[in-house]
Amino acid sequence: MTRELFLELFTGLLREMIRIRRFEEKCVELYSATKIRGFLHLCIGEEAVAVGVVGALSEDDAVVSTYREHGHALARGVPMPSIMAEMFGKATGCSGGRGGSMHLFDASRRFYGGNAIVAGGMPVAVGLALADHLSDDRAVTVCLFGDGAFAEGEFHESANLAALWNLPVLFCCENNRYAMGTALAREHASTDLAMRAAAYGMVAWTVDGMDVIAVREATDRALEYVRDSGKPCFLELRTYRFRAHSMYDPDRYRDKSEIATWKKSDPIPALEAKLVSDGLMTPAEVERWRAGVEAEVDAEIAAAVESADAAPLEPVEDLLRHVTTEAADGVALLAGGRST
Amino acid sequence: MTITDTPTAPAPHASRLTTSKAMVEAIAQEMERDPSVVYLGEDVGAYGGIFSSTTDLLARFGPERVIDTPISETAFIGLGIGAAVEGMRPIVELMFADFMGVCLDQIYNHMAKIHFESGGKVRVPMVLTTAVGGGYSDGAQHSQCLWGTFAHLPGMKVVVPSNPADAKGLMTSAIRDDNPVVYMFHKGVMGLAWMAKNARSVGDVPDGEHLVPIGKAAVARPGTDVTVVTLSLSVHHALDVAEKLSGEGVEVEVIDLRSLVPLDREAILTSVAKTGHLVVVDEDYLSFGLSGEVVATVTDHDPTMLKAPVHRVAVPDVPIPYAHGLEYAVLPRPERIEAAIRRSLAL
Repeated sequence: MTRELFLELFTGLLREMIRIRRFEEKCVELYSATKIRGFLHLCIGEEAVAVGVVGALSEDDAVVSTYREHGHALARGVPMPSIMAEMFGKATGCSGGRGGSMHLFDASRRFYGGNAIVAGGMPVAVGLALADHLSDDRAVTVCLFGDGAFAEGEFHESANLAALWNLPVLFCCENNRYAMGTALAREHASTDLAMRAAAYGMVAWTVDGMDVIAVREATDRALEYVRDSGKPCFLELRTYRFRAHSMYDPDRYRDKSEIATWKKSDPIPALEAKLVSDGLMTPAEVERWRAGVEAEVDAEIAAAVESADAAPLEPVEDLLRHVTTEAADGVALLAGGRST
Repeated sequence: MTITDTPTAPAPHASRLTTSKAMVEAIAQEMERDPSVVYLGEDVGAYGGIFSSTTDLLARFGPERVIDTPISETAFIGLGIGAAVEGMRPIVELMFADFMGVCLDQIYNHMAKIHFESGGKVRVPMVLTTAVGGGYSDGAQHSQCLWGTFAHLPGMKVVVPSNPADAKGLMTSAIRDDNPVVYMFHKGVMGLAWMAKNARSVGDVPDGEHLVPIGKAAVARPGTDVTVVTLSLSVHHALDVAEKLSGEGVEVEVIDLRSLVPLDREAILTSVAKTGHLVVVDEDYLSFGLSGEVVATVTDHDPTMLKAPVHRVAVPDVPIPYAHGLEYAVLPRPERIEAAIRRSLAL
């Protein structure tokens, strides 16, 4: 690749990571202002996974994610205003205000949630891959989940099926070392998750999930492998969340020094440093570039907040919509009981 | 004094506790008393339970009795069953009742049926604790009550405390019961600093040993005009409404079921026999559930007891929405309870 191509690739990855980081930092403010409610799980520190994996997909690919999915949704191209409006519980939100932070959906981009049951999305991902496989589609379904999900039966059943039936699933384990508050070594007898996944007959690699370039390269290779072979693949992306599990988590289960150590591998400054060390930019150019990007991103976020604020609420009269598909003339209600 | 009164000074030999502290106190006392009692679940150790159901238990009893599990509900609930079969008294926490879907086989095919299948020869003296309820915008997979589903499946007792004293008393009874008991606590009654404040989530709790019988409802407020049968957080809402209507000369009797299995049908019948008017308030889904069961309890016995149609205030048959306004519209909020009472009495 030429210098210009490297520069374009690296700054593109960096810009998207900054965009996700700034978006979530704004979410913290909005949460304190009770504009965003419920449980809010941030991926701050894990942006290299969102950008490196999800940003590598083609339009035809599908994504199944978790409740820590703002970064995945943004990297997938789900419009920021529709995500923000969803978190505000507005009718213009990507899930019509019914889903919230944990249930972002965008069928037009094959983004199938936003799932708040640990490992709950995994069998669904295998099903998406089955449908693509049966229709001779070369699409790959990317299934994102955490190290906690690896302990659920759903992971093991899904991995076996995908491998047994040669289905095009890319399992991406976002290993941030904690299943909520339980450390990796206290949840798994063997903490080498890639090795265990390989036992299902899948190609499986461990990747430095704090290095967005490594993540992108591994994902590109994995996607190529899955498309060409039609078989599943597994990536263990070793990463770390800098913030608590959710906004309510007092975070008493890990040392502050551990967090500080991982922050030294923050994927954003790491890539900025690489731009300099590779001779692609001078430190001064990085500063200027970053200031420009932050201004653009902040303007995009401000516009999303403004539109979400101004957006209408879903009327209470429409409460019962979407429980089942609707007939042309309106609401379908399965049980039909009478509540006062 | 009714069970949910909140006097300003503690009664003798009682302490003012939040529901979560009362629950923890019962667990700690039983762990002191009986070495076979252990507590296991996700983040119940260092974290203390995300709804403070196990605060400080790890420090007091150590990691061999307060056990953090991986996110493997099928395995650790099943493991609880096995340990119970061998004579231990495990308390196993399913973090949210919504997660029952992951592990229901162990709950209803094994925990609930082993005693029956073995012709009564094998006992499963375990407690399955789980957090229920909405009201804080946690969405469709973290806000359900689902007690009707558990109660529907034979072989397990189901208790749902609404206040600190019952939380302690029912926990003690559940641990000592030789059957599997599902203990469902609403996040909104726990008295958590980060949840909406609720005056009745703090109350007098008897010190020392305190048992509340499983299967016995409580008259949370006596009244003569209309019976409100309810449970859990809705008891608090019903009491607020009853207080308000009392100012208009309407006396509402509030029945706190406390247990679903066994259901205290006698308490329901006694109250309806007196008032002739019935409103059922249930934060679970409307159809095929608890509210219908309560109504059937009356109509099976004597439909002529009712002077007016029954009104049910429940979650309409829709998943719990995230948006605050939509969520509050589906929950049995005080406004809906009041409207139902007024309709029942044609006020």
